[in-house]
Amino acid sequence: VFPSSAFSFFCQTLLLRVFHEVEQAYAVWPMPQQMSQSTDRYPINPQLLAFSYARDSAAQSGCSVLDAAFERYFNLIFPDFVGLSNIWSEPKPFTVSVKVKNGECDGFPDEGSNESYNLSVSAGQAVLKAESVWGALRGLESFSQLVYQDDYNLYFVNKTEIEDFPRFQFRGLLLDTSRHYLPMPAILKTLDAMAYSKFNVFHWHIVDDPSFPYQSRNYPDLSSKGAFHPMTHIYTQSDVKRVIYHARLRGIRVVPEFDSPGHTQSWGKGQPDLLTSCYKGKVPSGTFGPVNPTLSSTYQFLNGLFKEVTSVFPDSYLHLGGDEVDFTCWRSNPNVQAFMAKMGFGSDYTKLESYYMENIVNITAALNKTSIVWQDVFDYRERHRAHYVVEVWKGGCYLCEMRRMTKAGLKVILAAPFYLDLPGPTHNWARYYNVRPLAFKGTEQQKKLVIGGEVCMWGEYVDATNLTPRLWPRASAAAERLWSDEEKTSSVDKAFPRLEDFRCTLIRRGIQAEPLFVGHCKHEYSGL
Amino acid sequence: MAALRLLSVWTLLLTVTVCDGWLFDGFAARRHSESDEVALWPLPQKFQTSVDAFRLSSASFQIVHAKESTAGPSCSLLQNAFRRYYSYIFGNGRKHGKNLENVFDADLAELQVQITSADPECDGYPSLKSDESYQLEVNQPTAVLKAASVWGALRGLETFSQLVYEDDYGGTSISDFPRFAHRGILLDSSRHYLPLKVILANLEAMAMNKFNVFHWHIVDDQSFPFQSRTFPDLSHKGAYHPYTHVYTPADVKMVIEFARMRGIRVLAEFDSPGHTFSWGKGQTGLLTPCFSGSSPSGTFGPVNPILNSTYDFMTRFFKEVSTVFPDAYIHLGGDEVDFSCWKSNPDIQKFMDQQGFVVCLQLKGDTVVEVWMNNNVDKELQNVTGSGFTAILSAPWYLDYISYGQDWKKYYTVEPLNFEGWCKKLVIGGEACLWGEYVDATNLTPRLWPRASAVGERLWSDENVKDVGSAYDRLVKHRCRMVRRGIPAEPLYIGFCPHEYSGN
Repeated sequence: VFPSSAFSFFCQTLLLRVFHEVEQAYAVWPMPQQMSQSTDRYPINPQLLAFSYARDSAAQSGCSVLDAAFERYFNLIFPDFVGLSNIWSEPKPFTVSVKVKNGECDGFPDEGSNESYNLSVSAGQAVLKAESVWGALRGLESFSQLVYQDDYNLYFVNKTEIEDFPRFQFRGLLLDTSRHYLPMPAILKTLDAMAYSKFNVFHWHIVDDPSFPYQSRNYPDLSSKGAFHPMTHIYTQSDVKRVIYHARLRGIRVVPEFDSPGHTQSWGKGQPDLLTSCYKGKVPSGTFGPVNPTLSSTYQFLNGLFKEVTSVFPDSYLHLGGDEVDFTCWRSNPNVQAFMAKMGFGSDYTKLESYYMENIVNITAALNKTSIVWQDVFDYRERHRAHYVVEVWKGGCYLCEMRRMTKAGLKVILAAPFYLDLPGPTHNWARYYNVRPLAFKGTEQQKKLVIGGEVCMWGEYVDATNLTPRLWPRASAAAERLWSDEEKTSSVDKAFPRLEDFRCTLIRRGIQAEPLFVGHCKHEYSGL
Repeated sequence: MAALRLLSVWTLLLTVTVCDGWLFDGFAARRHSESDEVALWPLPQKFQTSVDAFRLSSASFQIVHAKESTAGPSCSLLQNAFRRYYSYIFGNGRKHGKNLENVFDADLAELQVQITSADPECDGYPSLKSDESYQLEVNQPTAVLKAASVWGALRGLETFSQLVYEDDYGGTSISDFPRFAHRGILLDSSRHYLPLKVILANLEAMAMNKFNVFHWHIVDDQSFPFQSRTFPDLSHKGAYHPYTHVYTPADVKMVIEFARMRGIRVLAEFDSPGHTFSWGKGQTGLLTPCFSGSSPSGTFGPVNPILNSTYDFMTRFFKEVSTVFPDAYIHLGGDEVDFSCWKSNPDIQKFMDQQGFVVCLQLKGDTVVEVWMNNNVDKELQNVTGSGFTAILSAPWYLDYISYGQDWKKYYTVEPLNFEGWCKKLVIGGEACLWGEYVDATNLTPRLWPRASAVGERLWSDENVKDVGSAYDRLVKHRCRMVRRGIPAEPLYIGFCPHEYSGN
């Protein structure tokens, strides 16, 4: 019982399937920049597969990132390997040799990391060459997707040449742990899945109005009073370390967001006098608004908090938020009014927010970090003095917005068309796939300022019960848009069977990625 | 200190409800209270409560058969239910704080379950006529659950388990019965194959929400996972995979028994003559060959209705189906038949001419019609019941359509009897449908729950229980209870559960 148009789509899908099975299904998602494959295939015997460092590689055995990756990818390539040899498989060794130009084994990925790699698969060996370990990780992911099982469960890989690099350097995924608390396994699993789609930034929207789960060393009251529960619904310092560690091993940066001056109701519970007291007539109404930007104690506190945060999170970026500030409370407060008059802001409260944001961007800069802010901050003050990266989140003409921002010389991250928490009745992954991030009028220089994009999973209606199927594989559609060549990946129809295969790969790896449409995977998800 | 807080909540309740006991009044008052109270879902028809609070000890508390009960330890359905509800109540290996300073009125030692009718139906199957009503009296030192049959006892056990909050609860008297006899959930195992584990987990969740019909849309165009003994080729050729994507007779038996243990009927649907593409693969000659001009186009349409062989096949097939599925009802589908293939086929054209057809739908008197088309539902219900057929409503409850925000409110505010006509009694219930185009084991459970819970209360509780605000408060807690019991029910909105789903 479903609309007949859906049925005709089903028939089209059948046709597509037939077509693509002839074509060979062992594609890589997201699609590499250059890739050629032949039908020559080489058997791989799990017991005779070895990862090794090339002799002239800068990284050698003991390189934490790659040693861990070898172990991980062995298990991903052979999901049902139990140590027994398949008597039918050929006893031929297969070597994956990795050569890295620069070490970086103990470093963190950052905005300048080079993720390019070359992969050459021939008889008995795969040669993977990369500038850095981060590129080697991307190459290992591609290699793992090239290996397939035939109907007798024997493993093969086809002769392949890949030359690959990301289109955008910033490919992010936002999780919101304030509207609902996400237990650690949910976060770690998301990081795993991010690596499968070559995402490289975890934007951790860690606190917001509803709760403050980050346990601060210097301000423990923030979480003990502001979290949903002071013991069970928090991220301890060791939790945070674990997330950063888990992410680093996968070449993923962790950018925390401490959104202010709005979205801070939960901060006020543990930090008295931080928020603006709202007035009803001449008396305080007992409710609180955004952070109070008029007090020097505010900036002292933020300086202390950011000092801690930037020492805990190694990334060079810190997201300062700055979105959706409601001015009514500021307007009602006589002290704020007096401050406005003193500063000569008149009744333009956007100036007050700009004043606040400039102060905290400067605090961040003094800590040697780059600020990211939501687009509101730019909109309020196009002729900026402060230097920051700006993130576009509002619907409407986001391309117009990007043109203005890049014209002003600012680096831009695009999130507006990638809001995955809006499910919509059609579940349409193609909506994200069809985004053209650079389709605005501007110079080459301007386009270079678009450093990437980000999928956002806001938490109003999402927690650990439904997070994973809502994220995947729709986020993977965006991932291909951010990694691959746009010309080569412009067809939704061609992407469909590849994405279907990739979602079955995700399921095989234990990620409960939801279906795109009618059909089946060889190994279905059997959890709950 | 949970118990003390509970005490005050019950006091508040008491002031409103003790004189009359109709619950929705009470819940309006409760909205202002602190959050740690019990939340019954779906709301019982009538209840009264007192200020007493009792303590339950996991070490000594028991659920037992009452002496007067017609069922005893040989009733395995109840024995299983006792164990199930004991572990829901006390959790698995949960620690219990021993607050010795807290002095309670008394301990509650046991829950006695008394089946009153001569035949408790321990080994029977639930049916449309099953009596699901029950009475629950909670007083020290024992609580008594009375029901005519095991089916009512199961509903009462669920309610009892929901009353217990952190080991303690108040004295209570509940008299409860369902508003509609047919309260169903449809799952579609053809568009995507659903592993057994997922089906069983959702039967658990159905019992938590007092649903009593699992409408199993088991086959369709896309695949035929039902393994038939008589026609093994149907699944061998029509399933997505002949071994990994089928339901064997043993699987089906397990589903039916698992459901029976929870008072849930399994209503199988074998949809025809349309939606049968997958049947044709294992049963040649069953489908109508479509024609392009004067020659067969190589494609097939609905079941071929003019051949004797079709009816021979159907007779034998349904004979098997009716022995496999004990329920008195079988869903025959009959929806969305595309006539263009029939029209294209010259043999059918000839047959139509010979018969001089004026197609007139003749349904047997005890047929039930499910109303699914969402335009003008009221009119349709009027037509169906006006013609003397009993009706099941599912049109407003297609849960596979999702939108941003709290769409459970939309499902909650549907009033099934909101149509003109004098034969409202013929509406025997409703169903929440989760069609499978975009749903498989990865996303089924959070998509279904707690949105289906809204339908569950609409079909069980009194029609005056319709305040969305108070339903929200209870449903938030009910969803946390489901999460605690291992069902990944998604959140309604911002907030948290004391015990989050950590899953996988």
